[in-house]
Amino acid sequence: MLTPAESEALRVSLVVATESVVLSLPLAVGAAWLLVRARFTGRTLLDAVVHLPLVLPPVVVGYLLLVVFGIRGPLGAWLHDSFGIRLAFTTGGAALATAVMSFPLMVRAIRLSLEGVNPGLEEAARTLGAGALDRFVTITLPLMAPGILAGAVTAFAAGLGEFGAVITFASNIPGETRTLPLALYTAIQSPDGNLAAGRLATLSIGLGLAGLVGAEWLARRLRARLGH
Amino acid sequence: MFETQLTVARGTFRLQAEFRAPTPGVIALFGPSGAGKSTLVNAIAGLVPATGRVALDGVPWLDSASGTDWPAERRRIGYVFQDARLFPHLDVAGNLAYGARRAPPAPRYAAHEEIVTLLGLGALLGRRVHQLSGGERQRVALGRALLAQPRLLLLDEPLAAIDAARRDEVLPYLELLRDRFSIPMLYVSHQLDEVLRLATHVVVLAAGGVVASGTPADLSLDAGFRELVGREAVGAVLEAEVAAMEPATGLVSVAVGRGRLRLALPGAQVGTRVRLQVLARDVILATEPPHGLSVRNALEGTLCAIVDEGRDEALAVIDVRGARLLARLTRAAVAELRLRPGLAVWALVKAASLRSHVFAHAKTPGVELAPP
Repeated sequence: MLTPAESEALRVSLVVATESVVLSLPLAVGAAWLLVRARFTGRTLLDAVVHLPLVLPPVVVGYLLLVVFGIRGPLGAWLHDSFGIRLAFTTGGAALATAVMSFPLMVRAIRLSLEGVNPGLEEAARTLGAGALDRFVTITLPLMAPGILAGAVTAFAAGLGEFGAVITFASNIPGETRTLPLALYTAIQSPDGNLAAGRLATLSIGLGLAGLVGAEWLARRLRARLGH
Repeated sequence: MFETQLTVARGTFRLQAEFRAPTPGVIALFGPSGAGKSTLVNAIAGLVPATGRVALDGVPWLDSASGTDWPAERRRIGYVFQDARLFPHLDVAGNLAYGARRAPPAPRYAAHEEIVTLLGLGALLGRRVHQLSGGERQRVALGRALLAQPRLLLLDEPLAAIDAARRDEVLPYLELLRDRFSIPMLYVSHQLDEVLRLATHVVVLAAGGVVASGTPADLSLDAGFRELVGREAVGAVLEAEVAAMEPATGLVSVAVGRGRLRLALPGAQVGTRVRLQVLARDVILATEPPHGLSVRNALEGTLCAIVDEGRDEALAVIDVRGARLLARLTRAAVAELRLRPGLAVWALVKAASLRSHVFAHAKTPGVELAPP
């Protein structure tokens, strides 16, 4: 049904989106917690930095990643020299660029769910003998689950379609960083790529629809469990 | 003995409270809204930072002088909140297990099954929290707190969010805990009837400080307390015991001072401890032994004091030889009967107007108490 190039692009897209979600989920939970529960100077700045990718052109994000994580960038050189990890022009790099771009969406969903958690329930857990980490894992996190799921699904769906930051930081290497949108872009660029472009666009739409329906179904089940 | 001496400063609100109360028993924190009742229990539980000392039977969990300040999760204080605060992602069994799993293994008061049976939770175990009624929620919250093996149970207006009709789904269980397990309890309420039904000691809070502390009987005669409960609820509270049964009439005879009151008290036996509330507006005074009246209860005593109540009324304090009663009179009556301290009087009490609360059977310890 799919050509080898198409299934390769689909595979790269799924890998990149999955890795980006895995990478950003713990950080997004941490950032949401800091923004909702912690009181510290610089909270407004953190809020702004988290949301920056939403308002920046994706090319700028890709460029900044190249500057910092490129082979000669401060973090990129350190990662390469110490651990032999190269991010620029690799699948991992595409996942990093995707993670940064979808981070604000994820934080936003998780933050909303955390704001909905009644701190009184954490107090109740406290009087029952639960310490800080215990309370977070057994009370706060399960009550945030619908928001975490929504954030992860949104970020995954957005990650499937990330274009500008990926092509800037990770380039357009078949089987490595050529995701569905990049393959679509390549097809449009070639004179006889109309049919291929149509097929890839259809594939993207199908994937998006499946994701949305699946997410809604999961969210309903979770909400039913929480009695909403 | 439960001792508290606490200072809490939150913004502009300052709470300074000091009291001692005997344990086991139910210590009621009574006072108007905004008096600082919830702040005080939160400070005792460790949910609000405070300085001072809080100790039960000589063991402190807060003692600023020696630098002791245990975090809330280590204080082992059961807390039943006004809004129950059951965990919505767990079922009833999961909620009950939450505290139990974090408690020391040896039960302090009762085993798991016993508490579940006693509170009537057996049929609810598989239910989700949102399927419970208000009264059921508070019973589950009570069970959850008890299963954490607390050294003290705090109840912050646990009935305030429940319909009046459903309060009897909870109140009898609280009486049962008081009488059967001897768990020290601190009960916050602004409802006098709840306080009189449950408390063995009352601490009155107003504007961030303790204004009175004592047994319900002592406090009922206190001028500040009278002002707080309002005109209609003024009356003496008497601790008494059933002295005899009258099978012919179905009434029981209760010893009050050296006199007797006869009243209907279903389920009582000789020795049953009972708390009577005799409202001042329901007491009639006579200066001669009464006869030919439908009122069956006449207690002989001496007038100790007449307190001016403003308007045209006065409150008479009558010593009925071992107990005191209050009677509200008009000033005209005081003048016409020439009432003055030292005068011998008869206090007439209509049995139907007495409010009674039965406490555990005093003379047969270990008596089988069926769940209500």
